This record gives sequence, C-alpha cells and structure tokens, in this order.
Amino acid sequence: MTMALSEFPRLGFDPFVELRRMQSEMNRLFSSGFTTTARDFPPINIWLGDNSVVVTGELPGVMPDDVTISLQEDVLTLEGARRPTQEQEASWQRRERAYGTFSRAVQLPFRVDPDKVQARFNNGILEIELERLEADRPKKIEIRGA
Amino acid sequence: MAQEFRTVEQRTPQTTEAGQRSVPRPIFLPPADIYETRDNIVVLAEMPGVALDGVDITLERRVLTIRGRSAANDHAGYQRVYNEYANGDYERAFTLSENIDRDRIEATLKDGVLHLVLPKAETAKARKIELKPG
Repeated sequence: MTMALSEFPRLGFDPFVELRRMQSEMNRLFSSGFTTTARDFPPINIWLGDNSVVVTGELPGVMPDDVTISLQEDVLTLEGARRPTQEQEASWQRRERAYGTFSRAVQLPFRVDPDKVQARFNNGILEIELERLEADRPKKIEIRGA
Repeated sequence: MAQEFRTVEQRTPQTTEAGQRSVPRPIFLPPADIYETRDNIVVLAEMPGVALDGVDITLERRVLTIRGRSAANDHAGYQRVYNEYANGDYERAFTLSENIDRDRIEATLKDGVLHLVLPKAETAKARKIELKPG
C-alpha cells in the first residue's frame, strides 16, 4: 500500500503552505520597523547654519491659524490642534489620520534672537528660521604680537 | 471600498518596474481617510511637502492611484543635524467598490492634504423604492 508523503492535500488545504505564508507575513511586519507606532507629533528635522537654525515639521492638514509657536530662552514650543473633518451622514471606510491637540518642545543648540524669527507654512510643512543671539555668537580673538 | 492594493509598504523604499529608481528617494504610503456620503466618496490623503504640480491622480476602471512628488527640501548652507522624517514621494492605490462619474471628480490640495471628491455614478446611487399598498 502506498501512502502519500503528506495527507493534507486530500483535505483541500495544506497547513504547511499556510504556515509559510504566515511566516513571510510576520517577516514583512517586523522588517517594516513598526514606524506606525506612536511618534512625537509633529515629526521635525533640524538644520544648522553658521549663525542660524532651521526647524522644519510635517503638519499636514493643520491650518496656520491653529499653530502657536513660542520661544523661551533656547526652547522652541509648537502647539496646536488638528480638527477632524465635519461631515454629516458619512460612513467611514478608513480612518488613519490622527486628530486632536499637540504640543512639542524643541531644545535649540543655542540661544536665539526672539525678534528675528521667521515662520513659513508651505504645503503642510512648517519651517521656522531662528537666528543666533548676537551676544551669544562665538567671537574670534586676535592675538597681538609681543 | 475597504479593498486596498498593497503596492507600497509603509515607509519602505520601493523600486519601480523599470528597475532602479533614478533618484534614490523613498516612497511612502500616505495615511488616508475615506468616507462615503450619499452622493460621493471622499478621500483625504496626507502628503506633506507636495506642491500642486507634484500630484498625479489616475482612475483606471475602479483602481484609484494617487501619487505625490515632494519638492526638494534642501537648505543651502545648512547641515541637517536632527532627523525625524525623510523626504520622499507618496504612492497609494485603492479599489473603489462603486462606479464613479469620472467627469466630475474634484481634487484639491490644501496644507499638504489631498482632498478628492469622487461622485458616484447615477447607476451606483441607492434608489429608494416605494412600496405600493397591495
């Protein structure tokens, strides 16, 4: 009497195929690095110039009027809210965007001049340029000949 | 409607069919809200950094594909010292369960969010059926 190596194909479903599929699915999940888990909002990048610093943040869907930027010493604070879409009698198919209030403090690498801050909002990207305080800048010291 | 093409993994760079991308930029899956009203299907997708001319929307049969190319974000003379988000392009495809009146699709881009209003085709709209007393 001959026996097939695996009896499962007779059942119309092979658990080993299913296991392999699950395994590759797990690998895919883990390799993506869980970037969707809670992050600080908004995500920011910091760019450093000679005597200035630029802070950029991704704030899609936030109205410029809903953001407050404040500065205390060398700490820049971004506060605001993202409002949900008001739609009546809508049935939701997918809701991935987050709503609510946010607050984030950023420590700058030096003290900045509060009178020389420029903020721009472009396509959902907030860009704040801050200049180093004049008194705080590194001073070059001349060496006098004897 | 909830059907989605798994063309791009979130925050994972992809290569195009033509092989290597000419510019090594990552492609992101934009987070999206989708809701349905009586007359429309509305899609909101977050694509920060994408300007109006960088958006590409196609509807082929029932597959809606949105692509966004973010503008270069280089600060000349500046050095990036801290990094939480990367620059890249956005791409996502959805399969719509309704027939769409493709001549009346409206798309707007505001504050980095793409707003798509897809009107349902007349035939797809739910009709109220009156019951006659027998």
